[in-house]
Amino acid sequence: MFGPLVVKPSKSKGDKTGSWRVKLRPKYLQKNCIACKMCALICPEGCIQGKEKNTYISDYNYCKGCGLCAQVCPKADIVMIEEGSEGEKK
Amino acid sequence: MEYNPLFKPGHTACVGCGQAVAARLVIEAAGSNTIVVNNTGCLEVFSTKYPETAWGVPWIHSLFENAAAVASGVEAALIYLGKSPPNGGMPPITPTADSANGGKAAKDTINVIAQGGDGGTADIGLQALSGMLERGHNILYCCYDNEAYENTGVQRSGLTPYATNTTTTPPGTKSIGNIRPKKPMPEIANAHGIAYVATASAGFPQDIQRKVKKAMSIKGPKYLQIHVPCPLGWRHGPELTLEVAKLAVETGLYPLIEYENGKLTAVRKIQPKPVEEYLKVQGRFKHLLNNPEEIKKIQAIADANIEKYNLKVKPGAT
Amino acid sequence: MKQFLEGSRAVAEIVKLCKPGVISAYPITPQTHIVEELAQMVANGELNAQFVNVESEHSAASVVLGAVATGVRAFTATSSQGLLYMAEVLFNISGLRLPLVLTCANRAISAPINIWNDQQDSVSLRDSGWIQFYAENIQEAADLHLLAYRLGEDKSIMLPAMVCMDGYTLTHGMETVDIPTQGEVDKFLPSYKPLYKLDPAEPLTMGLLADPDYYLETRFAIQETFKEVLKMIPKISEEFKNRFGRDYKDGLVEEYCTKDAEKVIVAMGSVCGTIKEVVDAQRAKGKKVGLLKIISYRPFPYAKVDDALKDIPRIAVLDKAVSLGAYAPLAVEIKATFFGKKKSPKLISSFIAGLGGRDITFESVKEIFTKLNRKEVNLEFIDLKPELLKEEYGV
Repeated sequence: MFGPLVVKPSKSKGDKTGSWRVKLRPKYLQKNCIACKMCALICPEGCIQGKEKNTYISDYNYCKGCGLCAQVCPKADIVMIEEGSEGEKK
Repeated sequence: MEYNPLFKPGHTACVGCGQAVAARLVIEAAGSNTIVVNNTGCLEVFSTKYPETAWGVPWIHSLFENAAAVASGVEAALIYLGKSPPNGGMPPITPTADSANGGKAAKDTINVIAQGGDGGTADIGLQALSGMLERGHNILYCCYDNEAYENTGVQRSGLTPYATNTTTTPPGTKSIGNIRPKKPMPEIANAHGIAYVATASAGFPQDIQRKVKKAMSIKGPKYLQIHVPCPLGWRHGPELTLEVAKLAVETGLYPLIEYENGKLTAVRKIQPKPVEEYLKVQGRFKHLLNNPEEIKKIQAIADANIEKYNLKVKPGAT
Repeated sequence: MKQFLEGSRAVAEIVKLCKPGVISAYPITPQTHIVEELAQMVANGELNAQFVNVESEHSAASVVLGAVATGVRAFTATSSQGLLYMAEVLFNISGLRLPLVLTCANRAISAPINIWNDQQDSVSLRDSGWIQFYAENIQEAADLHLLAYRLGEDKSIMLPAMVCMDGYTLTHGMETVDIPTQGEVDKFLPSYKPLYKLDPAEPLTMGLLADPDYYLETRFAIQETFKEVLKMIPKISEEFKNRFGRDYKDGLVEEYCTKDAEKVIVAMGSVCGTIKEVVDAQRAKGKKVGLLKIISYRPFPYAKVDDALKDIPRIAVLDKAVSLGAYAPLAVEIKATFFGKKKSPKLISSFIAGLGGRDITFESVKEIFTKLNRKEVNLEFIDLKPELLKEEYGV
C-alpha cells in the first residue's frame, strides 16, 4: 500500500509564521543600507532578501519580529516599529 | 518572494532561535550537493513537521542518537554508487605542514552532513559519533550547541555550562544549579585524530560559513561545533541572540578554535570582557548575579580557556 | 551447485549473490561467522560491497538504514542482545518503509546471559513491522534470504525482512546446500530500484514529524501492506520453485503429515526437523500425528493455519520463546485463529521448551504428543529440572 511520509521541498510552503508577530516588526528605511547582507545572514527565518543597496527587506509572511536584523544593521537602516502601526497587512 | 533556498522560511523555530540561524548558514555554505542526516532535536522538529519541510536538500531523520551512523551508511552507499571517494586510510601520524591541508575532497563528491544538538551529539549520540570519526568517513558532523535539551524543555545536558539553571539542575537552597563544567566535546572529537575540528558561533555568521566551506574541502571526518543561543532556554530577548553569542566568545567562555590534523592552527583572538557581562543578560544565570564567589569560578573557567588557547589579543595588535 | 557448508557460510554465499552494496557488521555469537565470511569475500574482491565495521548493533542497523535510504541494497546480521539493542532502529526502518534484510541467528535473552538457541529475541520483536521468516534447516535459511529481498523490495511492499535461523543449530551446523548461480539469482532478484531515495538530484525529506493528524494512517498502511505480503509470498514461492526447483508451496507454512492427523504440533525453526523425525517414527507405528511448521511468523498466516488445522482434533503449540506474564506467543496466535470459528480443534495446548539452548529431544516431542491425550493445557514448560527448581527456587 502507500509508502511512508516523504515530502518534496517544492511542495512545502511552510507555515505563515508572520502571524507570530505580536508587538514589533522591522521597518526597512532603505536609505543608508550599504548591502552588507548582515541582516540576511542572521535572520533565523532566512526571509530577508535584497540585491544592491537599499533593496533589502523581509517577507512579512514569515518574519517573526525577533528584531535581530535591526540589532545587527551597521547603518541603523532597520528599525523596529509597532506591529500594524503603519497599516501594513500582517 | 519565491524561495528555493536550502533552508526555507516557514519553519516553526522559536522567535530569535540561534540554531535556525546556524542551520541555514551551514547548509547554504555546504551547498545543494549535500545530503543531511539529522538527529532528533529542536532543529529536526521545527524544520520537518509533516507535511512541511524547510529543507531544499535531501534530508533524513532517524532517531535521537544515530545520525552519525546513518550518515556513515549514506556515505558508504555513495561510495558504492561511485558518488564519493573511498574513505578510511590512516590519519597522518605526525601532523606535518603539507598534510595539514589533508587529502582534498574531490570536486563532484556529494557532501554528507550529520548533525544534532548538544545532547544528541555529546551525550546520547557520542558512541555513534565516535564510531563515525574513528572509521574515517568523509562526513562533516555539525553539533548545534544550545547547551541543554531545549526541545524537551531545557533539561541539563553534558554541554550545559557550570552553574546554569536548567529544569533538571535548578538552583535551590542546597544547589547553585548545574554543578559540572561543559564536556570538552571538541577535544574529544580531536582526540580521534581526524583532519579538522572547529568551534564556531551564531554571533559570527561569516565565520560559520568559512569553516563549513573549509571542512567540505577536506576529505575524511570533520567535526564543527556551533554555539547557538536559545532565547527560550537561556532566557534572553530574541533580539539579543547575536549579542549573547558574541559575548560568550568575547569573555573567553566559548573559544573559537580550529584543529587541523590534531594541531591547533587558529583561534579567534579576543580582548577579554568580564564574564559578568555575559551572565547578566541571561535569565539562566540570574541566580548567580548576587553570588560573586560563583561568578569568580566562572571567570576562572574563562581565564583557563584564555590561557589554554592563548585567546588574548596582543596589546597594540589590531 | 551443491556444497557441504556451515549454515553461516551458506547464508554468506547467498547474501553475496544478492549483491548488497553496503554491509554493516558487529560481532555477536552465534551470528558472527556470517559477517566474517562476508568480510573475507569483500577482502578477496568476490563481493563489491562497502563493509562497515561499526561500534554497536544500534549503529549496525543505523548504517544499513542510511544505505538503503540512499538507494543501495544492504545487509546486516545479529542475535539476541544485539537485536534488542537494534530494536529502536528496527521499528524506525519499517516505519520509514525501507526494504532491508537482516539475519537473526536466534539466541536466548539475558539475564541470565546465555549464548545458546531459542527464539525469544526475534519473537520479542514481532510487533516491529518487520517481515519474519523462520528457517528449519540451512537450505531454507539460505533460500529465505532470496525471498526476503525479492518481497521487501517490491514497490507495493517496501518493508524490511528478518530471516531467523536458530543459533548454533543452523549457524554452526553443516549440511548439503544447493547454492544457485549468480545468473539464476539475478533473474529471480532484480537490482534494487528504490521508490524514493536521498539524492541531491531529486531532494526530498524523510523521517518527518507526524503529529496526531498524520500518524495513525502510517500504521494502518503498514498493516494493510502485510495483507499484500500474505498474498505475494505464495506467488514468489511459486516462482522460486520454478527457477530453483525447491518447493516451499505457499512459503507461509509447511504441512507435514497433517492431512488425516489427530494430533499436530505447531512449531517454528530447526526443532521442526526433530518433530518430523518423531512424526515419521510414530506414523510408522500407525499413529496419526503431524507437524505444522510456521515459516512466515510475520505476517502471520491465520487463514492458512485455519485451513490446515480446523479438522485436527488435538493441537500442541511448541513455543521456543516466552511472553513473560502471558500465554506463549505462538500459542496465542493459533488460539486467536480459531476463537469463535465453527470448525476448530477440540483442544489447543501450549508448551514451552528449549529456552536457553536446553535440548528438545525425541523424548520431549513424544511427551508433548502424549500430553495431548489429556485435557487442554494453557501453558506448560517441558523438560524442567525438578531438583534445580527445588534447590534454587524452593519450588
